[in-house]
Amino acid sequence: MSFMPYVSPDQLMKDRSEYAHKGIARGRSVIGLEYADGLLFIAENPSATLHKISEIYDHVAFAGVGKYSEFEDLRIAGIRLADLRGYSYGREDVKARDLANAYSQALSGIFTQQWKPYEIEILVGEVNGEVEGTSIYHVLFDGSVTDEHGFVAIGGHADDLGETLKQRYGAGWDLATAVRTAVEVIGTPESRTLEASQIEAGVLDRTRTQRRKFRRLTDPEIAGFLGG
Amino acid sequence: MTDRFELPLSGASFGADPSFVELLRQRRPEAMPAAPPTGGPLELPHGTTVLGLRSADGIVMAGDRRATAGYTIADAKMRKVFAADDYSAIAIAGAAGQAVETVKLFQLELEHYEKLTGDRLSLEGKANRLAQMIRANFPLALQGLVVVPLFGGFDERRNEGRLFFYDATGGRWEEEDYQATGSGAQPAKNSLKKRWSAGLDRDEAVRVAVEALIDAAEDDVATGGPDLARNILPSVLTVTTDGAADVDDGQVRAAVEDVWGGRA
Repeated sequence: MSFMPYVSPDQLMKDRSEYAHKGIARGRSVIGLEYADGLLFIAENPSATLHKISEIYDHVAFAGVGKYSEFEDLRIAGIRLADLRGYSYGREDVKARDLANAYSQALSGIFTQQWKPYEIEILVGEVNGEVEGTSIYHVLFDGSVTDEHGFVAIGGHADDLGETLKQRYGAGWDLATAVRTAVEVIGTPESRTLEASQIEAGVLDRTRTQRRKFRRLTDPEIAGFLGG
Repeated sequence: MTDRFELPLSGASFGADPSFVELLRQRRPEAMPAAPPTGGPLELPHGTTVLGLRSADGIVMAGDRRATAGYTIADAKMRKVFAADDYSAIAIAGAAGQAVETVKLFQLELEHYEKLTGDRLSLEGKANRLAQMIRANFPLALQGLVVVPLFGGFDERRNEGRLFFYDATGGRWEEEDYQATGSGAQPAKNSLKKRWSAGLDRDEAVRVAVEALIDAAEDDVATGGPDLARNILPSVLTVTTDGAADVDDGQVRAAVEDVWGGRA
């Protein structure tokens, strides 16, 4: 008969947390920030098709860092939840807060019950009506969730990026300034200058007339912002 | 009934199903369109005439605005022509409630697929998916809740407009020129036969569509003609390389007046 050696819960959680942190620290970062017309997500991502940033619903977007398969899982579950809610109730009843709660519950369950924790962090952003309706939720691998204001960085160099952003961020930036600054900031930890092709960017633009407010920025568009 | 998900999704199964309809069937079967418990005839609102035609730069779809229940007019301003997504449109005749629900599900099906996979379905894929959805609706069709759509859009790969016609069993045909369905389909098709020609530009195609609807309304009691005094105009939609767009009321009104003017 086999039996598990005793490990104190303290130690167990610490180990898991350390494991998840290590996994996340290996990856690149994502920055989310509010600009004049909505929310901007910027990621360093050399792949043009394996996205870190994506649309969840009309006014809700998602960004993830860490292990691709794991945040992809969460992205798909989020789209399914949102589409089902929106179909069963109304489209405006789909809220980023509900999604963040669902993610938080799921991640907290995985953190304590699964064999290994998810090595990811995610952002759930929303624009709704005017500026007051804008929110960014930051959900960690253990399910803890925070409500961010203005800007947030997650992933490999999150702390350094957060510090830099704190010094540079200005409310009410236009999109060009927001993109330019975010790209500069994301390159600072290793003093690199990133090209448009290495950047993935998406916005929730509340001025869009379409129902779906999410839009990806194309490489030429990003290059235009960086050059200007 | 639940919309809770067990994570991780990645496990024994291979690949995520990008279909919203399948998801709904599993998670909220009670929300799926279902057959009424009795088989008796029901006096439900029916949408009447819709049509579609190919033009030089894409397609035009149009429909009258009337829904009938027996001999009463259930709605004088019903909309039966919808953009399915950015590059396709669907027009529906038949049991109105079913039809609107089918459109809503189909729109979500396309959006869900696009979000999950990061790619739009091909036009062929959209047309096939719709056929499957109509087929799933067949038990309802047997009870008189027939939904017969026209589907069309701009095929970004072939760089041309394409038009598809369905029957109640989900059978699907591609149309080279034009098609109409609903109670006023025959007079509408007679009109289209005379007026349609290959390579119509957008404005000409809009006028041909409006004229066919006027002809349908003249010969079919269930089809509503334009009513300029009450501002009830046919809904007309175009899909071109610029995407799906409603034709504005001003142009439709002008087309109606032009057709009437030619007959006065």
